[in-house]
Amino acid sequence: MRGFDLSGLVLNGSGTFDAIAARRTFGDELLEQFPFDVFVSKTITAEPRQGNPPPRLWETPGGLINSIGLPNKGLDGFLAADLPQLAELPVPLCVSVMGFTRDELAKLVAAVDQREEVAMFELNVSCPNVETGLIMGADPSETARVMERVRPLTDKPVIVKLTPNATNPAEVAVAAEGAGADAVSLVNTLKGMAFRPGTSEPWLGAGTGGVSGPAVRAIALQQVAAVSKRAEIPVIGMGGIASGAGAQDFLAAGAECVAVGTESFRDPAAGSRIRRELRGLRPKLEVTYLERGTRSG
Amino acid sequence: MTLAPFGRRLAEVTAVERLGAYTVIMVVDPHQPEPGQFYMLATETGWGGGAGERPYLPRAFSHARAADGKLQFLFEDVGPGTHRLAAVERGESLWLTGPLGSGFGPPQGRALLVGGGIGVAPLVALSDDVDGPVLLGFRTALHAEAASLFPEQPKLVTDDGSMGRRGLVTELLREELDEDADATVFACGPPAMLEAVRALCAERDVPAQLALESGMACGFGACFGCVVPTRAGYIRVCVDGPVVEAAALETALVPGTGH
Ligand SMILES: Cc1cc2nc3c(=O)[nH]c(=O)nc-3n(C[C@H](O)[C@H](O)[C@H](O)COP(=O)(O)OP(=O)(O)OC[C@H]3O[C@@H](n4cnc5c(N)ncnc54)[C@H](O)[C@@H]3O)c2cc1C
Ligand SMILES: Cc1cc2nc3c(=O)[nH]c(=O)nc-3n(C[C@H](O)[C@H](O)[C@H](O)COP(=O)(O)O)c2cc1C
Ligand code: FES
Repeated sequence: MRGFDLSGLVLNGSGTFDAIAARRTFGDELLEQFPFDVFVSKTITAEPRQGNPPPRLWETPGGLINSIGLPNKGLDGFLAADLPQLAELPVPLCVSVMGFTRDELAKLVAAVDQREEVAMFELNVSCPNVETGLIMGADPSETARVMERVRPLTDKPVIVKLTPNATNPAEVAVAAEGAGADAVSLVNTLKGMAFRPGTSEPWLGAGTGGVSGPAVRAIALQQVAAVSKRAEIPVIGMGGIASGAGAQDFLAAGAECVAVGTESFRDPAAGSRIRRELRGLRPKLEVTYLERGTRSG
Repeated sequence: MTLAPFGRRLAEVTAVERLGAYTVIMVVDPHQPEPGQFYMLATETGWGGGAGERPYLPRAFSHARAADGKLQFLFEDVGPGTHRLAAVERGESLWLTGPLGSGFGPPQGRALLVGGGIGVAPLVALSDDVDGPVLLGFRTALHAEAASLFPEQPKLVTDDGSMGRRGLVTELLREELDEDADATVFACGPPAMLEAVRALCAERDVPAQLALESGMACGFGACFGCVVPTRAGYIRVCVDGPVVEAAALETALVPGTGH
């Protein structure tokens, strides 16, 4: 991926690990034992956002529904307050960006591209384009237009994060690849909802939210396999990974590397544990993977 | 604020006791927290598959006491997670992350400790460090047995009058403030109680530190799920609290949860 080798790495899922808050909690031990090979920032937007009203969380069997709503300091706040602290992490930094128009996204990428502390981008396209009303990442041509707009603005690797709430994520991945994406990552959260027990009132402040955790793993695995079959660019697999064995399944499905999200809530050092477990399993996997040989099939 | 070792660790359960309506468990852990900090806990085995196929995530608990390399927790069985924890046996282990968040600050004037129900837990820890009257409210005499955790006999009210006076703990607080208002109030309890304490302290211009609760997934600022509104916007209870200055809040009621 533009000279950056992802193979076998363990990343965090955007929005599931705040390295700045974690450092306040765990001190410099966090840096000494940093759990991820690349740190992906929480998604930033051009303007500051306070996020959705609480409650924002609901536990499901083996999973979680969240309606966080992308709270962030906005571009200026991110560059001034967060980036200097994230630059102190011992691993490359990937900045996750989202725009409600292509212009907004272009502005974000152009500004963040200037900063050498930033190694790569992830485009979070799970939001509606306010101009067309379409979820950018649910539609192959919308995704292609977004990627085409961003591509000339940076030489850094650009990962497109796919939403599982699309009719055909593989088509979206192929469109992103055709427009110059260096990798795709999936899955983002699946749409879900919950009611306040015994009522017809939605529990989550935003009405609906996104499901993550082991509850979505089987669905994520199928989507990663389907996308890996069609796309030539590397695939970053995630969705409910909680162990090395779970991570290995994603590699078996064709992912180049994996990301850990919700499991970090249960175990802040889950990334390191999963990487350790995965390294113990990998030689076995390499054979299985080569035997399949269906990458581009 | 005491920093937490990075990651979760196993802590052996050395004692389990019933205390009226509650369960007290003791675990081995060498790290000394500050009163008002908390831990994310899960059992090592059998965490999952309970009522509604939960729990899945760990649960937040204040330590009620920390001494001699041991932590004491006080639980109320209100759902699948606390149900599993209440059934834990000596020799089992808990996954533990913490201490987390920021605890109580020092008092200005005398300290008044005000607790409601299971909210007495962090006040027990505080009473080991700070002297001052302890005012407690419980539903029934069975719940009020938790008052025995304090080194000195607290003043008590119950909802049903089965122990102490019948009434609300804020009535006790009002009487104390009538006597001497040069005080700092430290409070933990259900949202309605905290709101009554907040409103009373605001009216009397008495500083108050409230230990808040909120549904949490991570406990270390990772998920942005535990926010409550303050005058300055949303804060994450786990890293910006759980203890907050009452003056920072418009209300201590929890939006959308029916509490
Ligand atoms: C900092 C802190 C310290 C705490 N200290 C203690 C303690 O010392 N002792 C103790 O017994 N308890 C304590 N609690 C409360 C404890 O964490 C909960 O009782 C526990 O999580 C309940 O889990 P459960 O699976 O048993 O029940 P659940 O079924 O998960 O929840 C029980 C109750 O919590 C409410 N609830 C569930 N999900 C949410 C959500 N997402 N947002 C808001 N409310 C929700 C429900 O309405 C229900 O009334 C503390 C909480 C916090 C945040
Ligand atoms: C609380 C929470 C917040 C999230 N925030 C973001 C975000 O800001 N940007 C993004 O691209 N994905 C976000 N995600 C999605 C995750 O990065 C990941 O794609 C998803 O949770 C599936 O992985 P998991 O099951 O391992 O958590 C969030 C997920 C959770 C649970
Ligand atoms: S519980 Fe996750 S941010 Fe507070």
